[in-house]
Amino acid sequence: MKNIEFRTATSAQGGLIVMGGVPGVAAGSRVQLRDHAGRLRSGLVIRAADDAVLVEVFEGTDELDLERTWVRFLDEPFKLPVSRDILGRIFNGAGLPRDGRPPIISADRRDVNGEPLNPAARAYPREFIQTGISAIDGMNSLTRGQKLPIFSGGGLPHNRVAAQIVRQAKLLGEEASEFVVVFAAFGASHADARFFEESFEESGVLNKVVMFLNLADEPVIERLLTPRAALTAAEYLAFDLDYHVLVVMTDMTAYAEALREVAVLRGDVPARKGYPGYLYSDLAEIYERAGRIKNRRGSITMIPVLSMPSDDITHPIPDLTGYITEGQIVLGRELANQNVYPPVTVLPSLSRLMKDGVGKNFTREDHPHVASQLFASYAKALEVRGLAAIIGAEELSDADRRYLEFANAFERKFIGQGEDEDRSVYETLNLAWDLLSMLPGDALIRVSEEELAKYHKGVASI
Amino acid sequence: MGKILEINGPLVKLELPETVLGEQVRVGRLGLVGEVIGRDGNTALAQLYEDTAGLRPGEEAHGLGWPLSVELGPGLLGAIFDGVQRPLQAVWEQSGDRMARGVAVPSLPRDKRWRFVPEPSRRAGAMLSGGDILGTVQETESILHRIMVPPLLHGELLELAPEGDYTIEEAIGRMRLVEGKNSGQIEKLQLFHRWPVRTPRPFRQRDHAVAPLITGQRILDTFYPLLKGGKAAIPGPFGAGKTMLQQQIARWCNAEIVIYVGCGERGNELTDVLEFMPELKDPHTGRPLMERTLLVANTSNMPVVAREASVYVGITLAEYFRDQGLDVVMVADSTSRWAEALREVAGRLGQMPVEEGYPAYLGSRLAAFYERAGRVETLSGGHGSVTLIGAVSPPGGDFSEPVTSHTKEIIQTFWALSKELADARHYPSVDWLESFSGYIGSAAKWWAENVDPNWEAARAEALDLLAASEELQRIVNLVGVEALSSEQRWTLEAAGLIKEGLLQQSAIDEIDSFASPEKQYALLAAMLEIFHQGMKLVKLGAPARRLIQMPLMTQARRWKSQHTSEDIAALKVKIAAIPSDFEKMMLEYEQTA
Repeated sequence: MKNIEFRTATSAQGGLIVMGGVPGVAAGSRVQLRDHAGRLRSGLVIRAADDAVLVEVFEGTDELDLERTWVRFLDEPFKLPVSRDILGRIFNGAGLPRDGRPPIISADRRDVNGEPLNPAARAYPREFIQTGISAIDGMNSLTRGQKLPIFSGGGLPHNRVAAQIVRQAKLLGEEASEFVVVFAAFGASHADARFFEESFEESGVLNKVVMFLNLADEPVIERLLTPRAALTAAEYLAFDLDYHVLVVMTDMTAYAEALREVAVLRGDVPARKGYPGYLYSDLAEIYERAGRIKNRRGSITMIPVLSMPSDDITHPIPDLTGYITEGQIVLGRELANQNVYPPVTVLPSLSRLMKDGVGKNFTREDHPHVASQLFASYAKALEVRGLAAIIGAEELSDADRRYLEFANAFERKFIGQGEDEDRSVYETLNLAWDLLSMLPGDALIRVSEEELAKYHKGVASI
Repeated sequence: MGKILEINGPLVKLELPETVLGEQVRVGRLGLVGEVIGRDGNTALAQLYEDTAGLRPGEEAHGLGWPLSVELGPGLLGAIFDGVQRPLQAVWEQSGDRMARGVAVPSLPRDKRWRFVPEPSRRAGAMLSGGDILGTVQETESILHRIMVPPLLHGELLELAPEGDYTIEEAIGRMRLVEGKNSGQIEKLQLFHRWPVRTPRPFRQRDHAVAPLITGQRILDTFYPLLKGGKAAIPGPFGAGKTMLQQQIARWCNAEIVIYVGCGERGNELTDVLEFMPELKDPHTGRPLMERTLLVANTSNMPVVAREASVYVGITLAEYFRDQGLDVVMVADSTSRWAEALREVAGRLGQMPVEEGYPAYLGSRLAAFYERAGRVETLSGGHGSVTLIGAVSPPGGDFSEPVTSHTKEIIQTFWALSKELADARHYPSVDWLESFSGYIGSAAKWWAENVDPNWEAARAEALDLLAASEELQRIVNLVGVEALSSEQRWTLEAAGLIKEGLLQQSAIDEIDSFASPEKQYALLAAMLEIFHQGMKLVKLGAPARRLIQMPLMTQARRWKSQHTSEDIAALKVKIAAIPSDFEKMMLEYEQTA
């Protein structure tokens, strides 16, 4: 069947063609089209019946002449050839080289859709990853095998933050990073892609990076394949070659928009904001490929970047993502406008796996309590700041004025740091105590009395 | 024998004459499993529980002759199943890390032998009906598994096996049926039987729910109680701590069996439960928690149709243990994913969408599902209950969306989680103004008899205080705290004390994680005592500012994590000493007055 070209297309519309009289085509099979000019296009069988086969064409159906379109059913799903040689290479969304070097030749070709991991085979992520960024390490820490997205907005420095994490991420106690990086960009601008490429090059990790790029001016449908191809490479590196893999994907919003575009063509019933009802399951297929497996050394830690349309965290894309991922790092415009870098808005940020990756045996025994105290004190301080905006700072009580000072210092010194500043988690915790010492000890009820005695440098009460 | 006509995502059109709706089918060379959901002449429409990639038109398909059913018998506890009751541990051993398709592993182990002890009073010749106890198997140290005559059977017991070790397929007895179309037939009795998941298991009658489910979480037990046999919902946007709260309930509640259905949720969360539960002790029996727990997992990346089935599998397992006279809690996380699975299939069937793409039958399906909860008199005359707790994941945290609003009309206890509280790391982030419980009357009786007669009044006073503080906070936000009278400031402070010293509860603090009803009431009474003492002083003219600075105000906030539930006596000593903290000031102001 693979070698027969059919010329039985009966209709074509908006990226889909219908083939008649091709019995026994497998659902999900890959398709190759040759148009009248001899150009090749690729596609996927999305509906199979004996009398009609519905094919989605990745490059679109523009200029297709049905009488002069030859279609070949390749009888297999989309596959990515994998070998050790993928490290240091750049591919397009369908896994073909875009760095001018020869394609990967390997007998080992993997279905890009992957297969769901048996929940009984998963190992729970516990090892603390130090990113060197206080707002993350101190309050929303990342563990190996976690999926922790960055929620951002147009014009915010999410790419710089992601690149800094890639440069600095290491396990505690290890001097050099032992991660390999799989980087996938879909719908990204050429400038963004170049920024990452240069950032990897400058930090000398380029030979440990695999890149999958589908840029903003490239076929939309290929965008649906890009993260899958990237994760197939990541799974191979992690679970076959024992690497710890850090997967950075940007921008999930472009991915979801591509999915919506295709869903509308297929005629799927829309749910919220025109996105198909299966957006959640589809995103989960991608995100859930992060993790660890029992009895395997490697791991996949995932940092997807997504821009929230109009900074709206309740938009379906960040909303559904937040339900699947294990927390989120939220970047905020307010801090960015005050020149705080990285502008991490800590209150809506969260790391669900932090509770099992910090504290005694992992970082330092006071870490969980300090994090909790910082959240509580900063939340209180923001209330005071809101009050001060109404009644004026002069009218505040002494205690409240301390909170105001705390908020300012916290944002400048703790959240704010240099783009090349790599703080150890101990530096972060000590810094946290310096700031908490601005507040009286009896206002700090989330830390224990022993911890207060040991670390608190300020007054006990006012 | 039939064949595949068309494949469209998880839906497959088959040429399969004589099938019935709901029948299980095996499809294609891989033998994928599915369920018939429509028929038209000789063609049938089936939804498959597994990914359909690679299926071809023309491949064979055949009906299995029974609807989606679960196996019920010894071997359930401590296990983890997928959405159609495949044992994931065994599947892992057989087919590796990834979920292979078409695997056929029996739900319950076939080779394991169980010690069966026959019921002493059962004699050959006795007339037995469905639900009657034949004997017992000590499945785990804390759970005695009762082996019952399968429901709907009625007849004469011909033979019952003596005490001994049996596999679940070996006969432990024989029965001659006396009713129905199979009358006269001889039925083999085994340690297990099958039951179709979409049919509620029968019972004699519904009972009144009487006892509260104690979860050890103060905001739940003290403020918005749920009864054993009740229905509750936990709606909350992502990051509000829904999962943590459900895991806390699964860990600490005083049910005998806990069934946790991970429906379309994160894989790592189930791993967390699997790794963590065996290490934890049941506070009520002292045995590892895993011995009373059973997991059903369809994670978000597993096929969507099996997600729809998973909640039915869970509730049927719950009913089975209920029929043995046990109190069962089932946690479904999350019913929104189940509804979305329903929506996805409805969309592919071309059914008319109503709200947000959901089919029109969403409300009735949800209601029928929650109705399977309840406390009942079982067929054998005992009492058992199924308490159903459903998580809801409203998109964007909007409680007016279809799944949340339908659920709200069905359930009795509503534990609304708030993003604002979670952002301030106030956990559990149960909103004390949005939540409600329809079980206060029955719960009050229990608390009065078992803990303290003053419970209902104390609870009401604390809630009033919280509501009042909400008003006051609004004033403070406009004009500052100085605008409040001393009485108002003290009210605000006392509400703060209740929030931090009572409502906030740390799941990761060993001592604070669980609070017995006695500890809960002691803390509640303590906070109110401080409020009363302070109010007396304020009325005598003491400025609230002075009271707020008392060391007691910081100390009381720490009590919850300083005394375990076994160590109430020491806590009570501190509480008894509260008046003495106020004594000096009291004298001072009484004199001036």
